[in-house]
Amino acid sequence: MQAYLKLDHIDKTFTRGNATTEVLKDINLTIDKGEYVSIIGHSGCGKSTLLNIVAGLTGATRGGVLLENREVNSPGPDRAVVFQNHSLLPWLTVYENVKLGVDKVFARTKTRAERDAWVMHNLNLVQMAHAKDKRPNEISGGMKQRVGIARALAMEPKVLLLDEPFGALDALTRAHLQDSVMALHQKLGNTILMITHDVDEAVLLSDRIVMMTNGPSARIGEVLEVPLARPRKRLELATNPGYLKCRQRVLEFLYERHRFVEAA
Amino acid sequence: MSMPAVKTDAAMTALPVASAPVVTMTPKRAPQSEKYIKMAREAAVRVVPPLIVVALLLVVWELICRRAGSALPPPSRVFSDTRELIFDPFFDHGGIDKGLFWHLSASLQRVAYGYSIAAIVGIALGTLVGQSVWAMRGLDPLFQVLRTIPPLAWLPLSLAAFRDGHPSAIFVIFITSVWPIIINTAVGIRNIPQDYRNVAAVVQLNPLEFFTKIMIPAAAPYMFTGLRIGIGLSWLAIVAAEMLIGGVGIGFFIWDAWNSSHISEIILALFYVGIIGFVLDRLIAGLAKIVTRGTAVN
Repeated sequence: MQAYLKLDHIDKTFTRGNATTEVLKDINLTIDKGEYVSIIGHSGCGKSTLLNIVAGLTGATRGGVLLENREVNSPGPDRAVVFQNHSLLPWLTVYENVKLGVDKVFARTKTRAERDAWVMHNLNLVQMAHAKDKRPNEISGGMKQRVGIARALAMEPKVLLLDEPFGALDALTRAHLQDSVMALHQKLGNTILMITHDVDEAVLLSDRIVMMTNGPSARIGEVLEVPLARPRKRLELATNPGYLKCRQRVLEFLYERHRFVEAA
Repeated sequence: MSMPAVKTDAAMTALPVASAPVVTMTPKRAPQSEKYIKMAREAAVRVVPPLIVVALLLVVWELICRRAGSALPPPSRVFSDTRELIFDPFFDHGGIDKGLFWHLSASLQRVAYGYSIAAIVGIALGTLVGQSVWAMRGLDPLFQVLRTIPPLAWLPLSLAAFRDGHPSAIFVIFITSVWPIIINTAVGIRNIPQDYRNVAAVVQLNPLEFFTKIMIPAAAPYMFTGLRIGIGLSWLAIVAAEMLIGGVGIGFFIWDAWNSSHISEIILALFYVGIIGFVLDRLIAGLAKIVTRGTAVN
């Protein structure tokens, strides 16, 4: 079977003046349609850079990204990103923020009324329709991130890229949003690539967990299949041996074999 | 205007001590009137102190200048001398013998032309300099030198170029107010968060959409800082420029009054110049507040 999304021998070096740093080294990864893949690693290992390369916001130094066998090297709505800090435009309302993408993506294929309905449909998916006329600074952090997710979903991306989407949220809100994302994945069957540094989050949400070694020259250290049946329930998993085993594997990788070494 | 405000204050100053416990004990009985009293009190707090200061200054001025042989007229004489100008600003006896309304509107018109051109050119150049590193490297040093040239130093040059007072005055307004607009716009554009650029890239906005939907709103607070400095500078420059070019305008009115030793008329004109400068500044500030509703908070 052909891979849906393929990261092919990606290297990334940053050059500043005479100093060259190799951030990513020979990253190979294939993701199937409908799969939920997490990339986990210590901070500074280049996982956000990797996501930016997939999104097309940063170019790879060598290698490339193939989506449905076509190379992608510039940003586009087929790889919508949910940014860590929501990145909603503060001068637009919740509705207008989602509409911005919808108007561009469906300019030709949907009428004005259809686009409006589509925006509301996506706001409903994340339970934010009630706040459609509010501005981002009038809603909570969790709500902002919901709108960010709605904006990305509304572009009907082939791959949904989540860049530490819950990193800036408190633990309770984060759990709530994780459940929402799981439900959306269940319902819509999106292909999702998520960056995270939270082990529980990775095990709970993913079909596969990609563990990155520490930078510089970060590689994929190990890929772990998470063989847990869906739909998954947070409370039931807490005592599930399969869950605990996966969690153990990731923790061992991160804290024993690839401990984060603070630069002196 | 001022009398009722003073009255309210007199009433207010007596009230607070007595009414404070009443407010806490009967909050539901008269919420509406309490609200009005609170609003009136807030207004009084803002309006009354400057009124008192102005009144005191007028008294001091009157006392100093009422003696015989004083060089400047006291406020009472300023008022009696300029009575006609105050009460009939619309007369027109031909030439430059017109009411103050006509002088002020001529000056405002010049400012409107010069400032509008400066706003358009300033925002356009500022966007260019903010967006392109090469444009910044090439143009920024030039701007930094040119902006320090005093407005009036441009006047002889522009008179030589345009051979007419009217466009020269407009040019001086333009060249005075354009620099802060350029520089602040450029800073605003440069400070657009990378996140917004990323969003625009993912959504694939074209350059025009990026300009109108991201750049303008994101940089608006900075732009309006520049626009506000610009309007102040252009009002400063117009009076000086008009003194030199002559014709109808508040600047030449002041110069003409000086030549005919009508000191009271000068004082009245200065009063109007100050008030209008203040109103212009408030106008731009108000516009900024409306336009940057969403962005200013972040």
